[in-house]
Amino acid sequence: MQSTVWFITLACVALLAAVFYYVISNSKTPEEYPPIQKKWYSFRGKWFLFLAGLWVVVTFATLMPFPIAPQAQAYSGDGYQVVDVSGHQWYWTMSTDTVVAGKPVAFQVTGADVNHGLGIYDEDLTLVAQVQAMPGYTNKLIYTFDEPGKYRILCLEYCGLAHHAMIAELNVEAAS
Amino acid sequence: MSTTTLSGTVSYSEAENQGALVAVKTHLIVGILVFLLMMLAGAVMRAAQGNMFTISPDLFYQFMTVHGAGMVGTAGIASTGVLWYFLRQYVQLSTKIFWINFGIFLTGVVLILGSIFLGKYGGAWTFLYPLPGISLGAWSAGAAAAFLLGLLVIGTGFLILYLDVGRAILARYGSFGRALGLPQLFGKEPVDTSHPPTVVAGTMVLIVNFLGIAAGAVVLVMMLVNLYNPEFKPDALLIKNLIYFFGHVFINATIYASVTAVYELLPRYTGRPWKTSKVFYAAWLAIVFMVMAVYPHHLMMDFAMPPWALIVGQVLSYGSGVPVMVVTGYGALMIVYRSGIQWNTTTKLLFLSMFGWAAGVIPAIIDAMVTVNRVFHNTLWVPGHFHFYLLLGLLPMIFGFAYHLLGEAKEGGTTMADRLGFYSFLGGGLLLAFTFLASGASSIPRRWAVHMDEWIPMAHWGTLAAILVVLGVLLFTWRALTALPRAPEPS
Ligand SMILES: [Cu+2]
Repeated sequence: MQSTVWFITLACVALLAAVFYYVISNSKTPEEYPPIQKKWYSFRGKWFLFLAGLWVVVTFATLMPFPIAPQAQAYSGDGYQVVDVSGHQWYWTMSTDTVVAGKPVAFQVTGADVNHGLGIYDEDLTLVAQVQAMPGYTNKLIYTFDEPGKYRILCLEYCGLAHHAMIAELNVEAAS
Repeated sequence: MSTTTLSGTVSYSEAENQGALVAVKTHLIVGILVFLLMMLAGAVMRAAQGNMFTISPDLFYQFMTVHGAGMVGTAGIASTGVLWYFLRQYVQLSTKIFWINFGIFLTGVVLILGSIFLGKYGGAWTFLYPLPGISLGAWSAGAAAAFLLGLLVIGTGFLILYLDVGRAILARYGSFGRALGLPQLFGKEPVDTSHPPTVVAGTMVLIVNFLGIAAGAVVLVMMLVNLYNPEFKPDALLIKNLIYFFGHVFINATIYASVTAVYELLPRYTGRPWKTSKVFYAAWLAIVFMVMAVYPHHLMMDFAMPPWALIVGQVLSYGSGVPVMVVTGYGALMIVYRSGIQWNTTTKLLFLSMFGWAAGVIPAIIDAMVTVNRVFHNTLWVPGHFHFYLLLGLLPMIFGFAYHLLGEAKEGGTTMADRLGFYSFLGGGLLLAFTFLASGASSIPRRWAVHMDEWIPMAHWGTLAAILVVLGVLLFTWRALTALPRAPEPS
């Protein structure tokens, strides 16, 4: 996901830069404005339709199904491994620090004092999932680990002076 | 019904014009100086993350707090200077009230600086409830209260100024809808292409920022009450909604206010008018609503939010980029294309601002998709996108306006120092934005005083970028300090 987003961004920004460069390199020799307006206003309509079409496609492709698990549902030990997580200044408490790969994990996350952010990092320090830990609420994050390994939980919402030291370990074992 | 008679005309005495010019220059000079200081704070933070020298985490988070609050506040005051300068040519504005806002702003700044550097407040500009009240002894309730009060005071000043702006717009145009060009958009009046873009933009900024600041005031008062009466416990999610509504609207309004410099100045340097049209009115009407409705994209990792709100956040975040891409940025490209434009620092900066804004919107829109946000939220991707459109979009509008005011075109053109400043700023700004974005794509969290070893090379690139930006802005600042105060009104 991260590299895809990075390359799409680079490509779009490069394309935009090319358009600006083209206009700059064609800025010195003056021409009458009305013909330019006529031509490029008509192109603008097409450009708008393209953006609008892309908007519809991207919206449906990324929101169906809705990417956040239903919060009202109860996630129990039958289909899920349940981990209750609580963020404190400045540490995490977890009902267990060991889960198995291949079976969905329901992280039930809350903030004990202030807002924190639960970010799950794999061994390569790549962020695989996250959710906010907020006082007064229990957010349910459902995630299935594909790979066993030593994962880390980092705090991703600024929570005070030792925010950067809020790191916990999560062991993901191979399914037996 | 369809007659377009304007009531009231704008006329100022020579002395009033002189006074207004002094006031605008003061806003700009103070703004540029504070921008420079805040950039130094930013460079220090990046260098500390790169282990190039050590500062204690509490000092780091104080710098982070002052950098965030200081940049947003200064963007507010400087962009108001830009908008006010142009708007007063169309509606009758009071210089006295403009100064009153400035004075109140400085009072708020003193409170905020005191809270951070005397009171050790390090709760970030976001002041997420209940963090300001729960610091585990790092700062007192009094320090947190001074910070919140400082923001409240600053907001009050802006509300007073907006009341004057609102009065002036109503006196000239009769209604905000008329000032926005709605009767023309909906065919009730013939399209008047000479209706000023600045009036449309100014009205939009007035409407959204008045509501944004009002929401900010509500949340600040609730949190102040909580600090001294802990029995009163507001809902944390409600507070977060209000804070991000306020913060998102306020910082966006700075761009929509400053873009008036592009509308007003690019035509002068290209000889081509920036005329209003139905498309222009439609874009700005859409922005009035979208700027206020997109803020749930800050809350996509708060799963307790109703899904419809997050869907609205994603859909409208994309939508709010469309007017930039299709109307303003596109219009600037057309106005420059084969125009014989006179390239100097003013026009280079104004044109750069269009690129920075449009380009910075791209990673912003992508991050505002729920599925992307899941692995990008609160990583350095986030400062990546907003530094892109603030550093390379908003600031060039303000700096470009300052160069125009100091009379660069009349002085005999661009100097070597100007060129050096521009390219240092441009190169540094691009490197800075891309380093942040690359860091975010590598999952590096934001707001971490201490970085893991794996992340340190990125912090080094970021520091280099920040130094280049600071060098560029140092040259701009020197020009603003030496040439701006005595420059006559540009014709
Ligand atoms: Cu934290």
